[in-house]
Amino acid sequence: MSLSRFLSIIAMLGLCLFPAIAGAQVLDDAKLKPLVEALAGDNFDNTSKAVSELAKSGAPRAAAILNALSAGDLYVSKTDKSVFIGAREGSDYAATDPLTGAKLAPVPRSAAEKIKVNNRLRRDIGAAIGGLTLMSTNATERRTAAEAILKNRDPETIPLLDQAITAEKDAGIKVLMQRAKAAAVLNSTAVDDVKIAAIAEIKSGNGREALGLLTPLANVQGPVGEAASAAISSINSELELWNGIQNIVYGLSLGSVLLLAAIGLAITFGVMGVINMAHGEMVMIGAYTTFVVQQLIRTSMPGLAEYSLLIALPAAFLVSGAIGVIIERGIIRFLYGRPLETLLATWGISLVLQQATRSWFGASNVQVSSPSWMSGSFDVGMLTLTWSRLWIIVFALSVFAVLQLVLKKTMLGLRMRAVTQNRRMASSMGIRTPWVDALTFGLGSGIAGIAGVALSQIDNVSPNLGQGYIIDSFMVVVFGGVGNLWGTLVGAMSLGIANKFLEPFAGAVLGKILVLVLIILFIQKRPRGLFALKGRAIEA
Amino acid sequence: MKAKDTLLYLDGVSVSFDGFRAINNLSLVLQSGEMRAIIGPNGAGKTTMMDIITGKTKPDTGDVYFNGTVDLTGHDEADIAMLGIGRKFQKPTVFESHTVEDNLVLALSGPRSALSALFHRQSKDEADRIHEILYTIRLFEKRHWLAANLSHGQKQWLEIGMLLAQDPKLLLVDEPVAGMTDAETAETAKLLRDIARTRSVIVVEHDMHFVRELDVKVTCLHEGSVLAEGSLDHVSNDPRVIEVYLGR
Amino acid sequence: MITQWFFSHGDRRSLIVIAILLAIACLVPLLNLLVPDTSPLHVPTYLVSLLGKYLTYAMLAVALDLVWGFCGILSLGHGAFFALGGYAMGMYLMRQIGPRGVYADPVLPDFMVFLNWKELPWFWHGFDHFWFAALMVVLVPGALAFGFGWLAFRSRVTGVYLSIITQALTYALLLAFFRNDMGFGGNNGLTDFKDILGFNVQAGTTRSALFAATALFLALAVFVSSFIIRSKLGKVLVGVRDAESRMRFLGYRVDRYKLFVWTISAMMAGIAGALYVPQVGIINPSEFEPANSIEAVIWVAVGGRGTIVGPIIGAVLVNFGKTYFTAAFPEIWLFALGALFILVTLFLPKGILGLYGSWKTRQANRAAREDDEILPPVVKQNGTLMPTPEPQAAE
Repeated sequence: MSLSRFLSIIAMLGLCLFPAIAGAQVLDDAKLKPLVEALAGDNFDNTSKAVSELAKSGAPRAAAILNALSAGDLYVSKTDKSVFIGAREGSDYAATDPLTGAKLAPVPRSAAEKIKVNNRLRRDIGAAIGGLTLMSTNATERRTAAEAILKNRDPETIPLLDQAITAEKDAGIKVLMQRAKAAAVLNSTAVDDVKIAAIAEIKSGNGREALGLLTPLANVQGPVGEAASAAISSINSELELWNGIQNIVYGLSLGSVLLLAAIGLAITFGVMGVINMAHGEMVMIGAYTTFVVQQLIRTSMPGLAEYSLLIALPAAFLVSGAIGVIIERGIIRFLYGRPLETLLATWGISLVLQQATRSWFGASNVQVSSPSWMSGSFDVGMLTLTWSRLWIIVFALSVFAVLQLVLKKTMLGLRMRAVTQNRRMASSMGIRTPWVDALTFGLGSGIAGIAGVALSQIDNVSPNLGQGYIIDSFMVVVFGGVGNLWGTLVGAMSLGIANKFLEPFAGAVLGKILVLVLIILFIQKRPRGLFALKGRAIEA
Repeated sequence: MKAKDTLLYLDGVSVSFDGFRAINNLSLVLQSGEMRAIIGPNGAGKTTMMDIITGKTKPDTGDVYFNGTVDLTGHDEADIAMLGIGRKFQKPTVFESHTVEDNLVLALSGPRSALSALFHRQSKDEADRIHEILYTIRLFEKRHWLAANLSHGQKQWLEIGMLLAQDPKLLLVDEPVAGMTDAETAETAKLLRDIARTRSVIVVEHDMHFVRELDVKVTCLHEGSVLAEGSLDHVSNDPRVIEVYLGR
Repeated sequence: MITQWFFSHGDRRSLIVIAILLAIACLVPLLNLLVPDTSPLHVPTYLVSLLGKYLTYAMLAVALDLVWGFCGILSLGHGAFFALGGYAMGMYLMRQIGPRGVYADPVLPDFMVFLNWKELPWFWHGFDHFWFAALMVVLVPGALAFGFGWLAFRSRVTGVYLSIITQALTYALLLAFFRNDMGFGGNNGLTDFKDILGFNVQAGTTRSALFAATALFLALAVFVSSFIIRSKLGKVLVGVRDAESRMRFLGYRVDRYKLFVWTISAMMAGIAGALYVPQVGIINPSEFEPANSIEAVIWVAVGGRGTIVGPIIGAVLVNFGKTYFTAAFPEIWLFALGALFILVTLFLPKGILGLYGSWKTRQANRAAREDDEILPPVVKQNGTLMPTPEPQAAE
């Protein structure tokens, strides 16, 4: 083992040194020349044989020659049967010596003939090149080579792969090579035991790819076929599991978005019985605040760009919250006890805010950038998750947790809960309900602003941003019930997950419609939502 | 069946809201033609009991029978109203944007289906009954007023008038004299006694003078169940009633 | 008999409105067709269609007011019933195109040929007959409203909850009709109509006839609304609006009453939509936009809810304003509309007619004081049942 490794290292070193050592090259040229000339053989079989011989030779120029052959740039001279790499140049071919890469005299086009390749040959060439680059010093090239073999599964490459696997130091590429070898083994005439081991190797790899490799084998009679079928079914069930996990994760991230958008709505609705149709616009204002903050940072403090979102969070909370308080003091407080009118007035506010944003920032989307820690993705098992998705979940849950703390531990929270449960009683106990209302509305709007910061990372920031979320947010509130934030959490997450599970077989739009219909039916059973307050005081 | 020959029969009724037992193993029997006063401190479950009888709240456990055979727990408010149970609310609830007369028209017994209402034309009989009731509740002169413009006491009377129009077998009356002057209170007591001649009545009331004027059997509720029952003197001398309710 | 009833019981205001509508049903077509172009009295054809459009909106407003103003059900999805009626009519008009489409397919509308469909989907059958389409104009919105209302009212979904659900309903339909595979022309909807009942939809005479039909149907809607409101059923509805649970304790099956008026209202909206489509020449999914339904609510609010005439005034006024603003100051329109929502709810809760009503009441009170006679502070307006500011909740 160690000896073979030693040898291969030597071989590799040698390969790397080839271009530098001219003498060795001359020696090799003599051996290669007949091989190259054989490429111009009379039939494809001979050419194919020459291709694999050439590949096995391990000559550094072999890859270039084979590439040229595959691209149809290899020509044979009609006069002296010599082979050269040609490029059209007027009525001549600009010729290059395949063995040395040196420039030759141009050959008239009429004096040369293209070496023909068919598809089978092209595949062989691909595999041969793959085998050659397996030994490359460039990790990316080696990876590409292994992936190429995984695709064409040429048994001829097995010895080369063995060599490469022993030499490989990068664990990831090594696994890939082993898998490629297993794929090639399955395609070869190896004995059943070897093939079954290869099946096991492949099974451990990427599920969908393995499925593609194993499916053709499932119909084979005998132990190999059985092993393949068993592997397929186990991969299938695993895939299904991961599929479910993916749906859940995607659903949770959609649910988090809904939670962010709906939680402020749930507070204002729960405490004040007010449906704020302008809630979506508070979200939109939060997103635009992010935009403005980033603009300011870009022009005055470029060093803070990475932290722009963190700065935008309190800014958005304050801007949206302040606008919320103004709206409450200026309009909504005159409409208490008339929830339907409040709904209409806040719709009017939403129109005004939308149009104001449009006049100010223009109707088209504005660019909000993402910090580097939010871009990119990572793999978990068989699924790929983006960081932004993960951050949204984390962020939504933290907002939820903070809000719970505020409601449970602060004086404002206590008063808000008191007003939620019995406004008249709270008021007669000396709680200044108008003050609570204004702060509640401000809090709800501020949270919408924070949601806007998060949404600016995953959605287009335009004046219509809020409208896209408002109905879904309502559905969350209706589904989850008011008076208890847990209802909003459960409501948002279950709607998010339900959406994602329905999407694959119903399509995104139909899935959404189904969810809406399900909510309408759900209202039948629980007219006041999942987590409704019960008791006499609630009935009105 | 124990419920036989009774007008209203509650046995072992319990209901709780979010863990709070509003009614706890309540049993109550009302004979046909009987008038009963219910007293008890706030939160004793008086209104919840009425909610259960009228179908607004479903009990968690227990039997509720009307007329000996009808299981009220299986019916909703409209059904129960049609069976002949009328209810007057604590806070007078009349249709404020209707006239006094229209309030009575709506309450008047008769078919309740939407189609019959669409093509309904008032008969002479109905008009006569409405006039009769208007006189009884002393609102004949104000019959074209919007109910919203009546005084508090007049609204109470209008609501009693609506109960009469409904022609129920059993009336549930929740604090009928709250906010009334002494004279009005005395009048109301007289009116209720008149009504009780032809039907059964349950009156929930805090005003002890009023209960004394009614001169009927009294049930005292406490924490969702019956604390004492009997004549007013008997109940008001019960030491437990004194402790939890009357105070001394 | 009904007519007789109406003349004895019907309120004067509705009668006046019906008379005015019948008059303009004759007058506007006459001014369009018989008065020469050069005369200042001539009504150009585009204006006939524009006025016709306003009247269909007015009809939608009357339908909406029937449930909102008189029964307290604030529907934010009435545009859905309007659009469904419109689509039913649009399907008829599409089938009338026949081989005159771009692809000249004798049966399939252009968009189906474009989508490579080989045969007509089942739900398009029958729409080549006007009577069938006319039936569907009423039945489809009616059936949807019945099913939806049956579910919602039975489980006692009320107030803002119901409003939100109705909004979700029209939103779901919006999403659905955007899909090409639904078979309603997807994004583009149905358009390029050629003729209706054999008459060219573009012709001035057809336009005038459509206008007259719209005015007549609006008059009919006013009549039906008035009939309902003046009946005992109408009183029950107002009772439901003001004190729903009290109504239940009186023995009324509130859900059935609501369902009845809700379904009637949806059918009315459907007819309005059907009259709208041939006059504007297109129906597409944007009619399902929740914003449209809410806009219809403001028409009612501006005119005065709980009145029969108010919604008509509101719909015509607001839409006239919209036509003017979107042409003259397009960027101002949404500000104006938004402000209208806010100002009307804050300062004009009973709308223009409410303003008129309270002015009349003040006059009456002054007269009463002069007579030195104690009269009730507010007398019921003829046919105008003013909503109380704060509905009494039956505890």
